[in-house]
Amino acid sequence: MITLDDVTLTFPDGDRHVTAVDHVSLTARTGEVTGITGPSGSGKSSILAVAATLIRPDSGRVVITGARGDAVDAAALSRDEATALRRERIGIVFQQSNLLPSLTAREQLLVMAHLGGPRAGRRSAAVRDRADDLIDAVGLSGHADKRPAQLSGGQRQRIAIARALVHEPEVLLVDEPTSALDQERGAAIMSLIAQLTHERGTATLLVTHDLVHRGALDSLVTVVDGRVVSDAATGDGRIAA
Amino acid sequence: MTREGTIVFVAWRDLRFARGRFVLIGSVVALITLLVGFLAGLTGGLAAQNVSAVLDLPGDRLVLQQPSDGQPSFGESTIGQEARVGWQTAAGVDEVVPVGIVQGRATSGHDDGSAVGVALFGLASAGGHGGRGGSADARGSVASLAPTRDDEVGLSAGAAADLGVDVGDHVTITGTTYRVASVGGDAWYSHTPVLAMTPDAWSAADRRLGGDGDPTVLAVSGSPDWDAVATATHTSASSHLGSLTALETFRSEVGSLALMIAMLFGVSALVVGAFFTVWTMQRAGDVAVLKALGASTRSLVRDALGQALVVLVVGIGVGTAAVVGLGALAGGALPFLLSPLTTLVPAIAMAALGLAGAAVALRTVTAADPLTALGSNR
Repeated sequence: MITLDDVTLTFPDGDRHVTAVDHVSLTARTGEVTGITGPSGSGKSSILAVAATLIRPDSGRVVITGARGDAVDAAALSRDEATALRRERIGIVFQQSNLLPSLTAREQLLVMAHLGGPRAGRRSAAVRDRADDLIDAVGLSGHADKRPAQLSGGQRQRIAIARALVHEPEVLLVDEPTSALDQERGAAIMSLIAQLTHERGTATLLVTHDLVHRGALDSLVTVVDGRVVSDAATGDGRIAA
Repeated sequence: MTREGTIVFVAWRDLRFARGRFVLIGSVVALITLLVGFLAGLTGGLAAQNVSAVLDLPGDRLVLQQPSDGQPSFGESTIGQEARVGWQTAAGVDEVVPVGIVQGRATSGHDDGSAVGVALFGLASAGGHGGRGGSADARGSVASLAPTRDDEVGLSAGAAADLGVDVGDHVTITGTTYRVASVGGDAWYSHTPVLAMTPDAWSAADRRLGGDGDPTVLAVSGSPDWDAVATATHTSASSHLGSLTALETFRSEVGSLALMIAMLFGVSALVVGAFFTVWTMQRAGDVAVLKALGASTRSLVRDALGQALVVLVVGIGVGTAAVVGLGALAGGALPFLLSPLTTLVPAIAMAALGLAGAAVALRTVTAADPLTALGSNR
């Protein structure tokens, strides 16, 4: 689970400061996909950056709680500690797939093990098996030895999702995963994220401006001008389309 | 938190993926190494032809006349009786070997024998007196070449080859004929092969050439107060290597070649640095993504330097192998010295300077902001 508690983030803009995130509190629960939506410039990507420890907020807490109840305030960590936290407990799927051009699909996943991490391990056979399982899970078992240039946009995004999950993170952060895909492929990607989140018990926070695929979300937070204006979920955990 | 792992994983795959670019820069490194190695070998070979006989002289230090102004010079030095006695009687001196050096010409007894430039070295035979060490080897090849009779000479292999003579043949120097008593060794002085004589025979030859017959150098063994004795005798005492600066041809020749080598080292560092700067800038997006995924800056720096090291080791290895191969081939036609000093030392210097150049590119790695991976369009 990841909880943002009264988080505020400002950016310098000439002589003044612009408030990108304004006292935001929200929670992405384990095994659920929590969407963040809002108009362009509303601060949803800034919220994701704070959750990803890529930027430290001016105030507030970002608490990641593991399955054993162990909690860490990511906003209070040093830069090196935050880097290690991302390596070990956070998976990130970028707006573009951001795959490394020199690596095959399988190697995109194996690189995570080489970054280190408690569960990813570095025993090549086990890591390779886990990578192949995930590539299979995202439906690309026949493409493991292909490089990004040999894959379609949707396939690249699937590999990016597999990469984000290979080290079995507690938190999955997803930034506009369908923005470069057509509607059909976008729906497939959203469905895949939801499926993997539920299967693996990940707390997924997903930024999207496109509510066409909102059926894949368990709850939805709407942000305007850096503030949360609504936080909605249906009783069965599924938002009405 | 666990210790971060290494990601040379990515560096290796980059090398394979962009092999054309890396082969190109590796080839440039190899060519520069070849150029540096060849110049170093040539410098070493020329230096050996210039000074090997000086380096082979006996003694712990070589004593030259100290002129009232300027630097000591092998060509100008004359050690008079007073200075000689001053060194011989100084406390701590074990042995003083007077050495005469002068450039001359020699002819063989053959009908078609033309004059050949030689360096006349006059000094006592290695077996002629005791002193430090005592054995011919310990006293150097020039001393071991020196004859025991005034009507004999010892020829270095180069002199014998140039004159076309062997042991038992005769050579003529300034009108006097000498029997060749021995041939051997690779002794050179100022690009002329060495011909060794007894001190008396050398004095006579020097006078016939216009000199005063006094020795020009003292090879001194022992542990005296070098500076005090040198000051008292108006001489300078320096190590064999240090004395080489008193040889004008060596100074100018090696100086200009060494300058070229130093410039090539600089070019190498700049080329490698420029390549890795451009390469790393091209990878700046990947670096940001890796940082966002959890790679530490330290591991990325190690990765980048490891990649540069691989390129440098391969390029320098190929270049050095080419130097060894071409040097072995050229050795017969050119003064070329193949030794660790002319192969390994330049190679290590190239690697160190190349890494320093590559280190310039690390700013792109350290400055890459993982935040840019969010929303980036690559």
